[in-house]
Amino acid sequence: MKITPGAVVKGGTSLNYKTGSWRDQRPEIDQETCKQCGICQEVCPDDAVRQSGDRYEIDYDFCKGCGICAHECTAEAISMKNEEK
Amino acid sequence: MADIKVVEGSEAVALAVKACRPQVVAAYPISPQTHIVEALARMAADGDLKAEYVRVESEFSAASVVSGASAAGSRSYTASASQGLLLMTEVLYASAGMRLPFVITGVNRSISAPINIQVDHQDTISLRDSGVIQFYVESAQEAYDMHLAAFKIAENPSIMLPVMVCMDGWVLTHSYERVEFLDQETVDSFLPPFKPENFLDVTNPKTWGSYAEGDVLMEFKYAIHKAMNEGKSSIRRIFAELTTLTGRDYGGLVEAYRADDADVILVAMGSMAGTIKDAIDDLRQEGKRVGLVRIRCYRPFPHEDLIGALGRAKVVAVLDANVSIGSEGAVGLDIKSKLNGRPGMPMVLDFIAGLGGREVNSSAVRKIVDRAEKILFSGLPISEAEWIDLNPAIVP
Repeated sequence: MKITPGAVVKGGTSLNYKTGSWRDQRPEIDQETCKQCGICQEVCPDDAVRQSGDRYEIDYDFCKGCGICAHECTAEAISMKNEEK
Repeated sequence: MADIKVVEGSEAVALAVKACRPQVVAAYPISPQTHIVEALARMAADGDLKAEYVRVESEFSAASVVSGASAAGSRSYTASASQGLLLMTEVLYASAGMRLPFVITGVNRSISAPINIQVDHQDTISLRDSGVIQFYVESAQEAYDMHLAAFKIAENPSIMLPVMVCMDGWVLTHSYERVEFLDQETVDSFLPPFKPENFLDVTNPKTWGSYAEGDVLMEFKYAIHKAMNEGKSSIRRIFAELTTLTGRDYGGLVEAYRADDADVILVAMGSMAGTIKDAIDDLRQEGKRVGLVRIRCYRPFPHEDLIGALGRAKVVAVLDANVSIGSEGAVGLDIKSKLNGRPGMPMVLDFIAGLGGREVNSSAVRKIVDRAEKILFSGLPISEAEWIDLNPAIVP
């Protein structure tokens, strides 16, 4: 496949890059403590927090582990854990 | 029949841009570019220029607006100088990478510090690696003509790159000259409306300058390099069309003046070429075989033309109104690299001249010619650029 002048491609192809592999820390939500306020979803710069029923869950395919959600969580329900291989 | 007027160089550029029917103009004022965008703002306010004139808070935003407007499919224009061009730099690299064909006037002015508003080429030369095509003009007439060509060259489907017309601040922007203007129908026939293949469209979303890893990044950069270099044939063809339209000779990427039989050839860009031509006429009367090759198209670098024009000389003296600090002048380095290894090529000497508005007058030109002849006869080429009319007594 040839490259396109100006790297112009159809929109939305960033979904093909699983940037979650860049992460060295993972946020984990303690569902018992979570108050379902949704702040984590609002502040996530990668749109990597999904709502599923009344639960909020991290999309680890795209979460880069920046920790903003954990920092901003008013219920202190999100903790950052080291990624290990 | 051409309309002939005596106008300020800036007004000539503004009238050229107006005749090209830009749809978006965005600019931030900076001396000595201000008169150009002031004139365009006036035309837009008076309803003579049917363009969206966007007032911005910085040159970074001016470049960003024309970049976005160009991606949206609009013919777009901006202008800046000196620090303003440096502030645009990040956006200009990205615009070339995204193949956005707007036109920008680079009004030449020194770079701070120390602060100085006079002419040299340090500002636009610092953008030589960005992927922006660069032309350097000698007169207001050439500035007018080159802006007409610039849009057509930028928008050529095989090129699709920003084009910068570089003109010397004050000397060209603020002097009054006789300029011949083309009528609107002629410009319209030369420059059809801008119809890019890709444009921002909410019904068909696309991404410009998408992410590229190391497996393809080199190919993207090479594609820009190839488009610019192979674009030389289109540039020559469009210059030839312009020659037919105007009756003025834009036949080449370089202009040779009394260079055919010259032993010493000076190389320069911009308005200093006028003084050099006068000095050459005087030197010729004294029997010295001296000529000039002026580079009109600096990026892409016209090495084929230069090899042809310089090949018969004994010594080439480059006047660089810029310096790559710690090395030499940019034009000298370019010429040396392209002549290197070719048999029978002349010695190339680099001279730093005219920084910060230091006058390059006929006595400076004579000094360079004398120095070039002396170095030639000594057979000992100098290894670094000489700074002409430098006053070493005040250098700490």
